[in-house]
Amino acid sequence: MYQIQLDSITKAYPGCVANNAVSLSVREGEIHALLGENGAGKSTLMKIIYGVVAPDAGTMIWRGQPVTVKGPNHARALGIGMVFQHFSLFETLTVLENIALSLPKSFSKDKDALKQKILDVSAKYGMLLDPDRYVHSLSIGEQQRVEIVRCLLQDVKLLILDEPTSVLTPQEVKVLFNTLQTLASEGCSILFISHKLDEVKSICTAATVLRGGVVTGAFDPRVTTVDEMAVAMVGADTPLDQHYPRATGQEVFLSLANLSCTTYDPFGVSLSNLNCQVKAGEIVGIAGVAGNGQEELLSLISGETLADDASMVCFDGHPVAKSGPGERRSLGLGFVPEERLGRGAVPDMSLADNALLTASAKGLVTNGLVDNKAVKVFAKKVVDSFNVKTASILSQAKSLSGGNLQKFIIGREILQAPKLLVCSHPTWGVDIGAAIQIRHSLIALRDQGCAVLIVSEDIDELYALCDRIGAICDGKLSPIRNTDEVSLTQLGKWMAGEMTPSNEVVETAHA
Amino acid sequence: MLKIEKRAVDSRWMQLGSPLIATVLTLITGAVLFAALGHDPFNALYTFFVLPVSDLYGVTELGLKVTPLLLCAMGLMLCYQAKVWNIGAEGQFVIGALGGGIAALYLPSLGAASLWVTLLFGILAGMAWSALAALLKTRFAANEILTTIMLNYIALNLMLYAVHGPLKDPSGFNFPESAMLPANTMLSTLIDGYRLHVGFLIALLAMVSVWVVSARSMIGFQIKVLGEDERAAAFAGFSTNKLVWYVLLISGGLAGLAGIAEVAGPVGQLNPYVAAGYGYSAIIVVFLGRMNPVGILIASALLALTYMGGEMAQMQLGLPKSLTGLFQGMLLFFLLACDLFISYRVTWSQMKRVEV
Amino acid sequence: MDIDLIANILFATLRTGTPLILIALGELVAEKAGVLNLGQEGMVLMGAVSGFIVATVTGSLTLGVFAAIAAGLLMSLLFGVLAISLVSNQVATGLALTIFGTGLSAFVGASYVGQGIEGITPWIVPVLSDIPLVGKALFAQDPLVYLSWVLFIGVYLFFKKSRGGLVVRAVGENPEAANAVGMKVTRVRYAAVLFGGAMSGLAGGYLSLAYTPLWTEGMSAGRGWIALALVVFASWKVSRVMLGAYLFGAASIMHLVLQGLGFEVSPNLLAMLPYVATILVLMILANDAAKAKLNTPLSLGQPYRPQV
Repeated sequence: MYQIQLDSITKAYPGCVANNAVSLSVREGEIHALLGENGAGKSTLMKIIYGVVAPDAGTMIWRGQPVTVKGPNHARALGIGMVFQHFSLFETLTVLENIALSLPKSFSKDKDALKQKILDVSAKYGMLLDPDRYVHSLSIGEQQRVEIVRCLLQDVKLLILDEPTSVLTPQEVKVLFNTLQTLASEGCSILFISHKLDEVKSICTAATVLRGGVVTGAFDPRVTTVDEMAVAMVGADTPLDQHYPRATGQEVFLSLANLSCTTYDPFGVSLSNLNCQVKAGEIVGIAGVAGNGQEELLSLISGETLADDASMVCFDGHPVAKSGPGERRSLGLGFVPEERLGRGAVPDMSLADNALLTASAKGLVTNGLVDNKAVKVFAKKVVDSFNVKTASILSQAKSLSGGNLQKFIIGREILQAPKLLVCSHPTWGVDIGAAIQIRHSLIALRDQGCAVLIVSEDIDELYALCDRIGAICDGKLSPIRNTDEVSLTQLGKWMAGEMTPSNEVVETAHA
Repeated sequence: MLKIEKRAVDSRWMQLGSPLIATVLTLITGAVLFAALGHDPFNALYTFFVLPVSDLYGVTELGLKVTPLLLCAMGLMLCYQAKVWNIGAEGQFVIGALGGGIAALYLPSLGAASLWVTLLFGILAGMAWSALAALLKTRFAANEILTTIMLNYIALNLMLYAVHGPLKDPSGFNFPESAMLPANTMLSTLIDGYRLHVGFLIALLAMVSVWVVSARSMIGFQIKVLGEDERAAAFAGFSTNKLVWYVLLISGGLAGLAGIAEVAGPVGQLNPYVAAGYGYSAIIVVFLGRMNPVGILIASALLALTYMGGEMAQMQLGLPKSLTGLFQGMLLFFLLACDLFISYRVTWSQMKRVEV
Repeated sequence: MDIDLIANILFATLRTGTPLILIALGELVAEKAGVLNLGQEGMVLMGAVSGFIVATVTGSLTLGVFAAIAAGLLMSLLFGVLAISLVSNQVATGLALTIFGTGLSAFVGASYVGQGIEGITPWIVPVLSDIPLVGKALFAQDPLVYLSWVLFIGVYLFFKKSRGGLVVRAVGENPEAANAVGMKVTRVRYAAVLFGGAMSGLAGGYLSLAYTPLWTEGMSAGRGWIALALVVFASWKVSRVMLGAYLFGAASIMHLVLQGLGFEVSPNLLAMLPYVATILVLMILANDAAKAKLNTPLSLGQPYRPQV
């Protein structure tokens, strides 16, 4: 029996059709993958099922009956639960309060009963939770558990998970998959959104592929090869995965020496004794689940946060930990932040102005006055050399697609000939074509002798690009070792905070 | 169904169209209001907006009122571009008037140089007042909206204290006002027999200077980045604190200059009414003028006109002078509503199936 | 100082603090829902003038109070349409509301300036009001002072106990998530803003009908702004609003104390005290920034429009 059937769902936004006549059916007890690149329309489709977004056209049949989902409350009443990619939790409330808010009033009246129910359900499915803790004090993995338990409390018949594994360590992924399989065996259907094909192959029993808002394939992943699904996902004309040769670095450019920093931000992470070196001509990767100190580390390297002791961060031997971003740029720093709009680029400003943002010291300003001509020449050069698709260099940054804006930002940094490029999530939310181009240019930069540091949650990408790799957890850094010597299991342990002393010995041997 | 949806790119046309539409809507509402009060709406609008500037006297008086508005607004423009919400032009104006006035009244005469000393003291006093707000913001992270408002009230009370107490003119029949400023500290008039003075030219000069800073200089660029996107400014290495000090000092100095120019110009002495709300009206000028110098000049003229219109309506139609504030408030409201359509548009939505 | 003077100072402190409590409670609820309404001053003035006019014309103080509330509601509705529905900049819209309210109240109240009115009389609780020192302050106030205590307890319990309080906090912290789990973000924000408007209107009515029963232009004298600072001072905790309001009330009546002690200070200088106190409070808060961050509604001042 089908749990849910979607027929010809269409949803258009100004300038793009997110879903174009999408049809999809999920059986009872099935783990169904919804595959697609960034921007393929997966999230929009999920929001339509959950009633957050109303479709322009199309029908939805829920357990044999046609329905129009009026909103999330209605969806939950029907038995549809959703775990969002960016969680819909309230950080300043407790777990109990968060769960109470999404349940009908009848559930939340008796606090103690609800608390007991949370404990029961979380124990049954192996997702332990303390109902009285504040959400901001939970790890990302624990926050995901809150979202899942919240759905399970309400007799869920269809559970939708939007890219659930992208925020978990490999070990946490295993726990999650066990839970999902238990649920499926009880008859609950699961719609599993992903772009990671190996995961889909290991757990899903059906798959639908979206590309550009259109269904381009429906498979049984147990019998279909990864390549077949990949072609449906990205198209036959897009080159697939690349293998890059590893490189060995030369002299050290960036060195972090016992870098510590205490944060007073209740939502922040304190760093303790981080040690790491990045050499010219190598790419070092730092893996980790979001919120483990990456932001703090990156802003200490960029100069947005200053450390107590100048020698905690050195560029080419110069202590810089107490210098601002401008001084560090003059020593050769290029920086690509995670947030493209709202940090890497000013959304409402033109590309030309955004070129000036970090490149002002490269001859674009004379006597305090901006040389508009030179700014335009530089912006044009970035757009041309990095194949940025835009109407003009006077277009607002926010009008560009994620991939094109990322190419622009990376191009802007690379064309300033950095000696150290720090990249946070270089291809996050970027279409595959742009991602490949970005990876190429990072490798090319490395081969020219630049030191490159990449911080990312995407383990596959780190393995593909980095010459040496490590992980950050709860403000502590693992040893950094040659990528080919670090197993996925080892990296997963580091990401979970198990940084055994024996590894440090190995690190010394490599250094 | 009528639907409001976000535009992919901001509309440039609405950027300019919005203030015009807002002005028209204000006029229409004004006409309705006048009609409701039993006045012929066209005659009333004519009395309010045209009659005051129908002769040379009126035009020079307009220039006289544009002067403080333009000076205050150009400083506020820099602040608001940086999203430093300085509401304190009124207080900086009053302190500028007080500081400059004290210098004019009590410093020994330096001949022709006395005027420049007076103006300088006005500017410095205004800067000192805004420096308090800058210090509170950068050192104590105190919200500048609240601190500048509080400083406005404190400034007004200081002025009241001064003219009721130490500065009160002994031969002034116990009115709360100072003695008249010495002649060599007064700004000369531009045309004989009219009150318009050199301060108007100074205001125009200030406008051009701030324009250059804002539009061409790297500091101007940094100010705009800070206002648009604080995290991008930090990422690019622009010092937020430095920029906050910079915009507040400039705006305090200009407001102080406006204050002393009013005292050394048409008013001629210190009294509690010198500010006349110019510092608050300048806020509307900046928004209405699109944070653009030419726009601000035009908007200053319009707001100056609402002052004169209020007085004219009081004389000719017997309506309260507070009509001025009402028109100014309406103008700002309509503007904010129209501004929605810079980044949004209204569409008719219909259920449609997109062809594959 | 004799005991009568102290009793009178306490009495006056509570009276002076009352409008601040009302405004600050209303603003606190709005800010908890993520809406920063800087138009308090304008709403208070409109409440004051409307209450005064209606009371004068009809002769009914009760109608006056309701008119004051209605005026505040209407003003906040105007703010809501712009800042919530039309996603305008909340700071600019709030300022506009203050400028507009100041102008409009002066306009409609022009012919009422200088008129007197029989103000709201106190409800004196027999026996209890004779308790030395605190009796007069606690049991000989006018009904609006008692009402402010009831409202205080109501708002306190709303956030402490009710699901509605949770919803308001959730909307203020993360409107996007609130929308995703099915809360009506726009409706909640409107309700919060309207509550704030009603409270400010009531505060205005208190000023023109009870505190000083008359109407003058700009009679709120910055109380709307002080109340805004009070919300920051209270770090969005209801319990601290009352304490703060009475501290400010005390600062505002320092002239009584000084006169009682036989000092002669210029009234203009004394009039600065509440404003200076506000600035001092904002300075002291700097040391507490990290702690305040936990209580600050995270989406404060950010417009939100659900995408549908």
